[in-house]
Amino acid sequence: MSKRRILHYLNQFFGQIGGEDKADISPMIKEGQVGPGMALNQGLKEVAEIVNTVICGDSYFNENLDEAKAAIQNYLDEVKPDLVIAGPAFNAGRYGMACGHVAEVAAEKGIPVITAMYEENPGVEIFAKYAYIIPTADSAAGMRKAVPAIINFVKKFIETDGEVGSPEAAGYFPRGIRKNFFAEKRGSLRAVEMLIRKLKTEEFKTEYPMPDFDRVAPNPPVADISKAKVALVTSGGIVPKGNPDRIESSSASKYGKYKLTDLLEFTEDNSETAHGGYDPVYANQDADRVVPLDVVKEMVGEGKIGTLHDYWYATVGNGTSVANAKKYAADITKDLVADGVEAVILTST
Amino acid sequence: MRLELGKIFIKDVQFGSKTEVNKGVLTVNKEELIKKISGDPRIASINVELAKPGEEIRIIPVKDVIEPRVKVEGNGGIFPGWISKVETVGSGRTHILKGAAVVTTGKVVGFQEGIIDMSGPGAEYTPFSRINNVVIIAEPIEKLPQHEHEAAVRMIGLKAAAYIGETGRNIQPDEVDVYEALPFFEGTEKYRDLPRVAYVYMLQSQGLLHDTYVYGVDVKQIIPTFIYATEVFDGAIISGNCVSACDKNTTYHHLNSPVIEDLYKYHGKEYNFVGVIITNENVTLADKERSSNYVAKLASMLNLDAAIVSEEGFGNPDADLIMNCKKLEVQGIKTVLITDEYAGRDGASQSLADANPAATAVVTGGNANEVITLPSMKKVIGHVEPADVIAGGFAGSLAKDGSITVEIQAITGATNELGFNKMSAQGY
Repeated sequence: MSKRRILHYLNQFFGQIGGEDKADISPMIKEGQVGPGMALNQGLKEVAEIVNTVICGDSYFNENLDEAKAAIQNYLDEVKPDLVIAGPAFNAGRYGMACGHVAEVAAEKGIPVITAMYEENPGVEIFAKYAYIIPTADSAAGMRKAVPAIINFVKKFIETDGEVGSPEAAGYFPRGIRKNFFAEKRGSLRAVEMLIRKLKTEEFKTEYPMPDFDRVAPNPPVADISKAKVALVTSGGIVPKGNPDRIESSSASKYGKYKLTDLLEFTEDNSETAHGGYDPVYANQDADRVVPLDVVKEMVGEGKIGTLHDYWYATVGNGTSVANAKKYAADITKDLVADGVEAVILTST
Repeated sequence: MRLELGKIFIKDVQFGSKTEVNKGVLTVNKEELIKKISGDPRIASINVELAKPGEEIRIIPVKDVIEPRVKVEGNGGIFPGWISKVETVGSGRTHILKGAAVVTTGKVVGFQEGIIDMSGPGAEYTPFSRINNVVIIAEPIEKLPQHEHEAAVRMIGLKAAAYIGETGRNIQPDEVDVYEALPFFEGTEKYRDLPRVAYVYMLQSQGLLHDTYVYGVDVKQIIPTFIYATEVFDGAIISGNCVSACDKNTTYHHLNSPVIEDLYKYHGKEYNFVGVIITNENVTLADKERSSNYVAKLASMLNLDAAIVSEEGFGNPDADLIMNCKKLEVQGIKTVLITDEYAGRDGASQSLADANPAATAVVTGGNANEVITLPSMKKVIGHVEPADVIAGGFAGSLAKDGSITVEIQAITGATNELGFNKMSAQGY
């Protein structure tokens, strides 16, 4: 195979533009290698070549995120690299964040990214899933070790066609990505053997380390619901009859937004559930059981609730990943806020 | 309780004039079988087909899988509360047609039943690709409500398995395994120096097609209780599920409950396996609190040192799993949990809906959201159209060429949480 084409990302300092006084420069692209790119290119010369270097000021990147990311996107489209190397960023927070954003943009295009940072750089925790991040020292004094580490990793990545192996074996921060594999023993026997070790207080390794959950604090109550604009949102899968958006019965890849101004209530003829996690008979008979449209309309009529938003939003919670659920919630919330909605009745199943 | 399990290895299955087992070949009289399992007015038609390992056959949508067994000695009969009277089972001798199963299919019940591919990449994920299947295609009458449909097909499957199991009654088994379950005090006396271990067996009971039955009782209605481990080998627990197929236990899984089998491997050596606490996964908070409190109480009454806790399903039952874990660990009872994961198609999401630092020892059956393409098969038994709507499928899952792109969630038993399979997952 011909040499892989690499695009290298650097900040203003390592890109040899200047120090903090140049941190607000906008993105630029150069032919060939700059700064630490020289040594990387030398080490990789048999398998790859840094064809272009993108440089951006750390302040500019973090303060003009949309513009900076759009510029990176354009450079990637122009250069079409096989790989991106970003940094190393050591413990420079803004630089680490910029490298992370570059990784996110490249990951969306399916381009693998390799970067290197100190373990406490905020970029590690936020962006580990988009890039292979190799551990470094906390300052540029660690450059002499970081460069060969990146070279070795890139070589391994190319040799193994991206199958570098586990974080421990290949030396990168765990990306939080779960991958299936077939173990030697069945799960029940693995459990029994783990139990024996735990009983004997011998060392054992859990197959799923517990995650840190973000707990959502409830909002304060609505001051006067009789004046508030209320919206109906559900993860119970209530959609117009026929499921026009074909929302999946499990692992929903989307949500729907549906007009309710013409409806007095849900009926067997105008709605159904797309949800695959429960017996749909009673929801299909009367979807008000899942989304209380009838009662809310009554209460609006009686003046107990201010007004009802013209649309309801629906997705299926069944088996849907947390990341997708968060994304739908962010989109729906943006919409609701723009339309002046002050309160939401959120129903699950 | 002493139970002998006599395994009759079945190498092949065929249709013929007499339903019998001869030299490892199971022959089924199709007409007689259909006659035995017909008569439910909710069912419009029944047909039977065969599916063997390696054949280019896809069975979809699969409702349940059941192993044919017959009780030849001892109290009661197979599937107490359904086929046999509610005698206490788990002692004496039971014969098993090992390598054969009854699979039920027909029009999709809910959104939810699974896929069994007898060959190709999908076959790797389901244990039922490796056995000789007698597939019952039961079609409901029109407009039959889902829960009635489920009940009718559930009973047909059990009847078929009992009818076929009967052929093993007078056959000399190829292998006999012996399981001994002692009364609690006798066991603690005999193994007085060993730590006490139990199995906390969480049974799906969310309702609305997520159901399990013990001795004919809907598990939603039980308070957690204690049973001898051998009772499950005679069908004390059966499946009433029609839900995300990858991690719901079929009746076959319960009959071959792997944690029980594997706990017996080190019983009397590393620990004293005292028995099984069965509990449920009801949906209300009060139910969850009550059941997990009962699990913790039974564990303390049994003076346990450790327990394996297995989950069934995902999402809502993750809360029950974590409650059971916390309440055992706080009493100093060491736990190992078995679950599976919903980490998203890219594997980057949190895998469980609940978590706790007390859960230090977890075994996983894998990420159910991983996507697989199942190539088209020469023959489909059942109906292929549900591929777009079963859990794990999506619009466009079923391609024009007959291939199906789905999450492995749609494959029967793929991420089983009893630890039936070798699949696991690791962090990258």
